Formats: sequence, structure tokens, C-alpha cells
Amino acid sequence: MKSLSSKVKFLVFMASLSLATNGYGQVPYERILNAHDEPHNWLTYNGGYLSQRHSLLDQITKDNVENLELKWVLQNQVFGAWQSNPIIVDGIMYVTERPNSVMAVDAVTGRVFWKYRHQNADNALVCCGANNRGVAVLDDKVYMGTLDANLLALDRINGQLLWKTEVGDVNLAYSVTMAPLAVKDKIMVGVGGGEFGIRGYVAAYDAETGEEAWKTYTIPGPGEPGHDSWEGDDWEHGGAPVWITGSFDPELNLTYWGVGNPGPDWNAGQRPGDNLYSDSVIALNADTGELTWHFQFTPNDGYDYDAVQVPVLADMDWRGEARKLMLWANRNGYFYVLDRTDGEFLEGKPYVRVNWSSGLDENGRPIPTPQPEGMPTYPGNQGGTNWYPPSFSPNTELFYFSAWENYATIYRAEESEYVPGRAFLGGGFSVLAPSPGAPTIGIGRTNPINNWTDEVGYASLKAMDPQTGEEVWSYNQFDVSDSGMLTTTTNLLFTGGREGYFHAIDAETGELIWNVALGGQIVMAPVTYMVDGVQYISVISGNSLSTFALGE
Amino acid sequence: MKFSTSYSLLVPGSLASILALFLLLAGSLSSAQELGDHTYSTEAIERGSRIYSRECALCHGPQGDIVDGVNLRAGIFKNVRSDDDIRRVVTQGAGQGLMPGFGLSANELDGIIAYIRAGFDPEGVAVRIGDPIRGQELFLGEGQCADCHRVNGNGPRTAPDLSEIGAIRTPASLQRNLLDPAAAILPINRPIRIVTREEETVIGRRLNEDTYTVQVIDSNERLRSFIKSDLVSYEISMLPSKAPTTLSSDEVADVVGYLLTLRGQ
Repeated sequence: MKSLSSKVKFLVFMASLSLATNGYGQVPYERILNAHDEPHNWLTYNGGYLSQRHSLLDQITKDNVENLELKWVLQNQVFGAWQSNPIIVDGIMYVTERPNSVMAVDAVTGRVFWKYRHQNADNALVCCGANNRGVAVLDDKVYMGTLDANLLALDRINGQLLWKTEVGDVNLAYSVTMAPLAVKDKIMVGVGGGEFGIRGYVAAYDAETGEEAWKTYTIPGPGEPGHDSWEGDDWEHGGAPVWITGSFDPELNLTYWGVGNPGPDWNAGQRPGDNLYSDSVIALNADTGELTWHFQFTPNDGYDYDAVQVPVLADMDWRGEARKLMLWANRNGYFYVLDRTDGEFLEGKPYVRVNWSSGLDENGRPIPTPQPEGMPTYPGNQGGTNWYPPSFSPNTELFYFSAWENYATIYRAEESEYVPGRAFLGGGFSVLAPSPGAPTIGIGRTNPINNWTDEVGYASLKAMDPQTGEEVWSYNQFDVSDSGMLTTTTNLLFTGGREGYFHAIDAETGELIWNVALGGQIVMAPVTYMVDGVQYISVISGNSLSTFALGE
Repeated sequence: MKFSTSYSLLVPGSLASILALFLLLAGSLSSAQELGDHTYSTEAIERGSRIYSRECALCHGPQGDIVDGVNLRAGIFKNVRSDDDIRRVVTQGAGQGLMPGFGLSANELDGIIAYIRAGFDPEGVAVRIGDPIRGQELFLGEGQCADCHRVNGNGPRTAPDLSEIGAIRTPASLQRNLLDPAAAILPINRPIRIVTREEETVIGRRLNEDTYTVQVIDSNERLRSFIKSDLVSYEISMLPSKAPTTLSSDEVADVVGYLLTLRGQ
């Protein structure tokens, strides 16, 4: 009767397949909207539309975190900073590999179900590495932006390409490195290319077909409000890219996006005016893309202070009043509290040494104090912080992020001519070091030896109180850190750093509870999920994605 | 006093081309042959400086040392020897797509090559280069350099090994190290003093450090690694262990001349 038994198994298999096509295990918009109801999954880049990177899973606590054990490792086959953020849906992890591969991985064993490779155009051009920060999921599809400025939709079950849409012109150095954002029936992405004289935008595409639904430029065109913040034709190649995933407030129906630097980067004098909406947060209607409000952090920026941080949304009592807040540690060295209904500036204070500005006025506009030529500017070109995602814990009501302390650069401005598809920088910079020719901090870490030392800059994990705009505690590391944050409802904070340590820190006090040396730079945030009753924590260090759970 | 690590304190352009030539002659003649014509003009170096900061600095860094295994300023490459090799890599790209090809004109390419070959030194203070033979005698004798520094397998290991110093430092940097070591010392080389819980005092030099640990070569040439939380004290001296040299300016020029011949195996 062996053959009959095989037949039965086959029929059961076919039945399960038809279940899959009937929608079993799909991820409709409502599931993403209510992601907090299923903390065993990690459904968006930032763990939910509010981008708090806060998990309600409570198996791992301060008391047992020391029992974390390595469960599996996934090795990246491509060298270079691995900045991808995994998405986890019902035991399947979706993670990208640079430049543009997607893998579906068993979240329990780390074994790979399928891998899709996108071949980028030869002339794809990015300033700072062939990075990709991950995918979005919606229904039965997984979405990835590419270095050659396409948006791809793949079948989430078998990894087949379903559609491909051109987001931008690769010949003009448009690119997509961010994880897309899925809202309702649309997939939204922004474009990189702020070092190549693009004109930035956020665009939304029909999730089923890839057809463009709306496109909102981050630099207003002639006749639009804010256009007069540019002179002549500067606006046509003024940069203002969007290369970090935004957030979404379903009640206000607003999506929020951090906008990058104006171009050319370091010669502000070449582009007079505030250069809207560079270095701003913009609030766009989720259905139409219409710009509802904006707040500019750094007008007429000459320091590359991209506002490409994740807009972190928090609902809390703020100074005695229930407010819908947006919390923002900006690359320019100031920590901001905004009202996200209308962009009103509520509070802003420096969190590191700042000397390009002497403070903020009552509207949050910085008072500029440019340094004389040849003198150091604080914070330096990589900023007081940068793109790596923060966390907000509704338990502690604190905001956590990686800052760079004691880090400065000396800027040099020069006239640049815009040539389509070519670097458009307007000068250069050097990192302030204790002696001439001493090694300094680069964009990433490629050396196991730290011979630049903390004299050139070091990491400070900061816990900020939105009520006061001030630091409550900090945890320093010898090298700088580009690591994002994860908090859990058990008041644990997980993060890394360039030194390759993976840390569990008490989110209330800043005390180190546990750490392990993984050896490679951690340039993304950890994520947590649960399968079959076991809570896992995954973190990428160097070329390895390591996943931990409590020992038996 | 802090200094920028930009390339503004170094050799004047008029000298740079001569120095570039000198540095090559100090290396092996056969490789000089392969490397081609190195009489770069000041104008080309300055032009290269501008093009470098526009096209190259973003990935390679202002000092050319950010890409792993490559140090443009020091002339360390992965697959490049000749000027034509540089031309090919810049125009065609490298690293299986990690570095894109750049559509530069011949004039622009010449500038970039000149700037790289001149060690990123378009301007700065003049450095006099003396007689390497006399310089070696001073290094081993009166200058007391060899009391701490090792060259080509001879001498102690407590201070940094100088066997390749001529390839990785500019003449101005070498001169400054002799005249004003406190301003010139690299942070990692600062002398350290550690006291352990076992009441052992360790004097040495850092090789590496992170948040929780420090790796050291001690005064007995032992490689030691310490966990910081286990230490009673850990001090880093802002002053180097050496004082400014008492050699005459002619003698300093000779020692610099000798150091520039040290270009590794």
C-alpha cells in the first residue's frame, strides 16, 4: 500500500498549495497596520508604521539575557557593509544581500529557501557603497529597490520576479538603497543621488501592477510654494534625496520622510537660499502624495547634514498635554521634538558639541555660526548621528540612538559645475585628527585594528527624554557606532557598534547587562521575532547574520 | 593644538615633483622603469587635487586610505603598478563593479595620477632631504633612533618598526617627528602605563583598543591583551617617550633622507 500512502501525501500537499493561493499566511495592509498585535513578526523596516523599533515580546528579560545562545549564522557571500534589515513573516525571514539580492530564509534554522539576484545596470552609481537596507512585504509579494533605480516585486513564496518599474534614471545617478514602505495598496520609495545633482522625490506605486500612483519632488518646481528658496536653475540639480524608509500615521493619513542634503554638498554659497526641502522632514498624504507640511532642520546646508533619520512617532503626554509627537535626533547635532499633526517645533537642543550654529530660535531655525576657513566644524561630516535607526520605548518613554562624540571635520568649499550623472560635491573635507596624517574615521570600518583611537571620535549611545530634550544617560564605546537600536517591553535595549560587540543594555539605567564579540561591524539595528514559542534576536555583524535565543 | 589631517601642511608643489622623482629613484630602478615618467608638473598635481576631491575622495577618503587594501597617498594598490594601470582602473572601474569607471579626459587623468604619485602633497612647507648614507650613521649612532626603533630585522620592537616608513610617510611628516614629536605622534603610538590587579606595572605601546579591551606590546616585547575592567589603572601619556632631536638641521635632513630610502622589502 506504499503507493497509496504517497498519493495521499501528494493530495495533502496539493491541498496546502491551494490554501496558499487562497490567501493563507498573506500580509494584507490591516496586518501591517496592527503589527503590534503580532509581535512575533517584524513586518516593516522599522517594526511598524510608528517606527519605534520596540517589541512586545517578553521571553528575553534582564534576568535571563545572559543565557542567550547562538542558534544559527547566515553568511553573506558579498563583502561590504551589510546594512540590510530583515523582515520576518510567520517564520520566514526576508533579507537582502548587497548589491541587490533577496533571500527567503527559515527563521528557525537559517537555511535558505530561495534567492533572487537582480543584475544592476553597469553604470549604476552610488556615493557610499553598494548598499541595500532591505525589503517591504505586502500580501503575497516582497518589494526591493535597486541601485539602478528600479523597484521590483517578487512572489513571496517562490522568489519569482512579478514586475519591475523604473523609479529613476540610472544615467543621472538616481538609485534606491532604502527598504520600501508599503501603505494600503501602494509601495513607496525615495531616491538616492544627493552627491550627483539629482532632484529628489518620493514616489508611490500600485502594489499589484507597479504603475506609478504619485510622485512628489523634494525640491519644489516653478510656481510651487518654496521654489523661491532656490535661485536660477539650482533647483534642477539641487539634490535633496530620500534614502531612508519613512513612517506613517494612519489617523492623520500622513507619511513622513527625512530628506537629504542639497547639492553641491559643501558649497552652500553656490546655491543661495534655504534650499527647501533639503535637510527637512516632509509630511505627504498617503493617498495623493500631497505635501501637507514640512520642517527644515538645516537651511542652506554646507555640511552634508542630511535629515535622513527615521521619523520616530510617539503618542504621549508631553508637558501635561496628550500630543502626537515626532522625535528626531538630527545629523546636525540637535535633538528635536515636533508635533506631527502640523510640524510645529516644540523643543530642540544640541546632544553633541555643535559649533556651526549657536542655538535654535523659537521656530526651531538654527542661528548660523559658520567657522572660519580651515577651522573644525562640530559635528563633522558624518554628523552627530546619521541614518541608523533609533528606538522609542513607550515603557521608559525614552528615545535611544547612536551619537558620535568629539568628531569634527574641516570643510573646503569650491565652485562645482553640474555635469549630469557625475559627482557634484562643491569641495571636500578632512577629519580633524590629533596629529597631521594620523588615521581617521571613514564611512565604514574595514580594519580590525583601531589605530585612529577615540581621539578622533567615539560612540555614545544616548537615552533622550522627549519632555526636556535632554540626555538621561549615555553608554560610550571607544570607536564610533553606526548601529541602530531595538528595545523590548522587558526594558532591554539591544545594539552594536563598529567594534563588533553585540550589547544588551538596561533601557532604564544604561547599565551593560550582557555582550558578545561577534567581530564585524554592526551597521544596522537588531530585530526580534518568535517562532513556535521561542523568541529570537537577529543581528548582522560584518558578513554574518547571527540569530540568538535563550538556552534550553 | 590639533591639526587637520588634510594635505595642506606638506611639501610645496615645486618640490613635490622633484621629491616624487627622488622617491622613485630610491626604490628599485627596474620598477622605476615600469612606472614611467614621473616628472609631474605642479599644475598637474594641483589640477589632480581638485579632480580627486570631486571624483575620488568620497569613496577613497580625503587621504586615500579608506578602501581596504588601498592607500593611494602611500602608493599601495591592489592591482596597479604603472601610470597606465591607474588610467585603466579609473576609466574602466575595478573590484567587480565596486568601483565604477569614470569618463575623465586625458588631462584630468594625468592630474589624478600626478596627485597620487606626489603623495597628495600640492603645497606646504619645504623639507630638505640630505645624504642617506650619513643619515643612516646618525640613525644608528648619535641620533639614538635605533635604541628604540627596528629597521629590516635589526633593533628593538618596542617603538614602531621603520622598515617601510619611507613609503608611508611624507618627508614633512618625518621631519616633524624628529623636531616636534609631541605634535607628530600618532594617537595609537602614545606610551601607556597599566597597573594590573596583581600589582604588575606594564609600560608599552598600544597596538589596538576597543571599548572593553586593549592590546599592547610591552617594554619586554611581549604581546599582551588586557580587559580594562580588570585593571587598577590605565594611563595614556600625551607626551611621546622621545624628546625633540638635538641633531643639527643638516643632520636632520640626512636622517630624513635615510628614512625615505626605507620602503620595505
